Amino acid sequence: MKGNEFDVIIIGGGITGAGTARDCSLRGLKVLLIERNDIATGATGRNHGLLHSGARYAVTDKDSASECIKENMILKKIARHCVDDTGGFFITLPEDDLGYQSKFVEACKAAGINAEVLDPKEAILEEPSVNPDIIGAVRVPDGSVDPFRLCLSNIVDAKAHGTKILLYSEVVGFIKEGDTVKGVKILDHATGLTSEYYAPVTVNAAGIWGHHIAELAGIRIGMYPAKGALLIFAHRVNGIVINRCRKPANADILVPGDTVCVIGTTSTHVPFEECDNMHVTPDEVDLLLSEGAKLAPVLSSTRILRAYAGVRPLVSADDDPTGRNISRGIVLLDHEKRDGVKGLVSITGGKLMTYRLMGEWATNLVCKKLGVDKKCVTAVTPLPGSETGGLEEVSKKFWTNPSTPQKATVGRLGDQASSVFLEDEYDQSLVCECEEVSAGEVNQAIANLEVHNLVDLRRRTRIGMGTCQGELCACRAACLLAKARNCAEEEKSDLCSFMNERWKGMYPIAWGETLRESAYTQWVYSGVFGMNENN
Amino acid sequence: MNMQEKNESANNFEQCIKCTICTAYCPVVPVNPIFPGPKQAGPDGERLRLKSSYFFDDALKYCMNCKRCDVSCPSGVKISDIIQSARIKYGRHKPKLRDMMLASTDLVGTLARPFAPIVNSTISTKPVKAILDGVMAIDHRRMFPKYAGRSFESWFRKEAGPLQSSFRNQISYFHGCYVNYNYPQLGKDFVKVMNAIGFGVNLLDHEKCCGVAMISNGMMSSAKKHAVHNVKVLKKAADTTRKILATSSTCTLTIRDEYPNLLKVDNSDVRNDMEIVTKFIYPLVAEGKVKLVFKKGYKAKVAYHVPCHMERLGWGIFSAALLKMIPGIEFTMLDSNCCGIAGTYGFKKENYEASQAIGKPLFDQINGIDPDFVTSDCETCKWQIEMSTKYQVKHPISILAEALDLEATAKLNK
Repeated sequence: MKGNEFDVIIIGGGITGAGTARDCSLRGLKVLLIERNDIATGATGRNHGLLHSGARYAVTDKDSASECIKENMILKKIARHCVDDTGGFFITLPEDDLGYQSKFVEACKAAGINAEVLDPKEAILEEPSVNPDIIGAVRVPDGSVDPFRLCLSNIVDAKAHGTKILLYSEVVGFIKEGDTVKGVKILDHATGLTSEYYAPVTVNAAGIWGHHIAELAGIRIGMYPAKGALLIFAHRVNGIVINRCRKPANADILVPGDTVCVIGTTSTHVPFEECDNMHVTPDEVDLLLSEGAKLAPVLSSTRILRAYAGVRPLVSADDDPTGRNISRGIVLLDHEKRDGVKGLVSITGGKLMTYRLMGEWATNLVCKKLGVDKKCVTAVTPLPGSETGGLEEVSKKFWTNPSTPQKATVGRLGDQASSVFLEDEYDQSLVCECEEVSAGEVNQAIANLEVHNLVDLRRRTRIGMGTCQGELCACRAACLLAKARNCAEEEKSDLCSFMNERWKGMYPIAWGETLRESAYTQWVYSGVFGMNENN
Repeated sequence: MNMQEKNESANNFEQCIKCTICTAYCPVVPVNPIFPGPKQAGPDGERLRLKSSYFFDDALKYCMNCKRCDVSCPSGVKISDIIQSARIKYGRHKPKLRDMMLASTDLVGTLARPFAPIVNSTISTKPVKAILDGVMAIDHRRMFPKYAGRSFESWFRKEAGPLQSSFRNQISYFHGCYVNYNYPQLGKDFVKVMNAIGFGVNLLDHEKCCGVAMISNGMMSSAKKHAVHNVKVLKKAADTTRKILATSSTCTLTIRDEYPNLLKVDNSDVRNDMEIVTKFIYPLVAEGKVKLVFKKGYKAKVAYHVPCHMERLGWGIFSAALLKMIPGIEFTMLDSNCCGIAGTYGFKKENYEASQAIGKPLFDQINGIDPDFVTSDCETCKWQIEMSTKYQVKHPISILAEALDLEATAKLNK
């Protein structure tokens, strides 16, 4: 096989592509993964980070619900450093129909989800932030999952099993012979050069952008872009996931994830042209805040860090204007059967929760096409970082008396924290103070984790994700990046675009402390570092 | 837009904009690299601790609770309260015997004072210091405040108490443990000055230790009991005399701010009635309501050290202004520095080096000025400066008592 020939080409560096690449490589295939941007830039990095128990879909979509609970239990084992097993509540407010609760519990049981009805008083004791007016509460095995970390761990493992990763490389066309896809034409955004790669099978795992990818092959997938907006609050208000016990609607899930909590979502249809540039509107912010305060009243007096929106890659079955009624089930399309185009497969629909199963289905089909007979092992093979144990166990394994930055590193990397040298003072010094990210961890990411710029570095380490939104860490990280790459000039403009990207998320909620802090940040960056609009 | 206007954070730690001035201002950071600094230990650490208590850092015990971070914060974050609250909530270490002894100032005072000559001489001997150092981890280089032969309260009841009702105006006095057990002279000076300016002094209906040392040694339930008791007797006093004055800046700060903020004991009925004596006297003099006559020929070169807790109260200016009124005083305001002792903190073996390093700039400045004596409103600052320099430290009210022509003043303020 030549350098540009592979068994399978996977398009899309989101969680679906990463999971598929891992599965294919664990089954011994030679894999190429192509992403036009960075990993986890689409819907993967723009959701709640909810580790669904499936309860949300139990009443409306039983198949999705039972897929969720199975995957939930698998992820708690194979991806424990990405998962926070918080548990979840489905609460009934006075204006909701308490009759829905019994229907809900029945449906959960039918889908295999453990649902326990609680005395509302007991629920309030367990989760003091919950609306004290609740008239009902059900406990389900929800949790939270860090989608960046999950995606990255899959990429790391795929790479360790021989996958070639091409980031910032866009598929601009298919190489076809008759009705067979033989490979892809790639435009490298860094160099501006195009090149060709070949494989007998190509998997389209590009999320909502998969619509466009399919068009390049002359195929139409009826995708339905549904925008979902979310708000990030500056600290954890709740320790347990809070959902509304009613038919899924707007802003009815509050998820505690890492040091923050996230309320969402909305659901509005958007045109394909807007998918690359999502903005959160003032109306969406209002809706999220007012509905969110019904779950946890304290949200209305909690600082908001950011607003963001993602696009769900739904596959439409009918003309549903909200997209809420479309199944969240997995859609695997064999284009040979469906459209008569050989060598091309699309894996879409689904959700973050079921990424592993999507990868399994897609890989099964790829293997069938290649005539490879290998069993899927991703359900039982821990991801890198999750092999040893939990936060305390791993920290104690490395250090007798771990410092807070050392603990924070283990919290992010799990047992892969051993790859970060955290012994000397310099390595332990903090780049990001809000999330306690050390210089050692940043340097490790730069060296090993396919980092092209500061935004990439953020997705891998959480720098710039804390309350200061880059104020203290961005300049330090830029120095480390410039030093490692020996490119100070380039890094200056990278720093500028990083700060602007941070501001984009703050703009819709820029009031109070967040506005004050961003004004201060601006003084520091323009006044002290001499950065202004011109550069 | 309604919701957006309503969304103002009620969480004090979220008001931090990471300017890091607190960390630059913290006296511990430059001398102890293990201490993460107020920003990191306070608002930053709080977010991690909310995620999991496992992120609690034992190094928070190196915070002196000097509250200089609170003073420096331009966003009004009560950083020291966040740190102390975290220690209370997440700290896993039970107070040691040493901590309990250092913290129980009134209990130990009651036991030790009757045997003052024996305690004072034995505690300063080498073998006893070695035992304290080895067994209790109280640093052997530290000098202990001496116990008085007769408590202030006992002196007051017999000697001064009966005369107080003859004054037209009345105030109450929270003397604190130090005046009662170690240094009754300050209480006597206080009574002299108050009487001279026409105020009768009343003691509380049995005050207890304010509890500051218990708070810093993690004995929260004892501290809370003291707080509840003190608020009750302060209220009783406020009902009769309105004002309650104190000579100790730390007792005053503890009762006014630590009770509600840390111990969650409501003091709103009495908080504004409690103040430090110089804050009370200076406006009366400035407005001409009280007239002072000074001794002829009084001369002294004085350097004033504002205690950290006095800075937090914002009242150092009153002591300074009052001292500057004394003719013949050559007054120097010392730079704003922590002396390093922070109550019981500096007594602990593990903190001794840091404590002395923190105080060094202050000691150097005092040595350079070479005053007749130093003045300060805090008893532990006094111990620290007297131990670390050759200069005596007097309370501003003692200087006033020395400089005033008490009889002439009393006549003018009848």
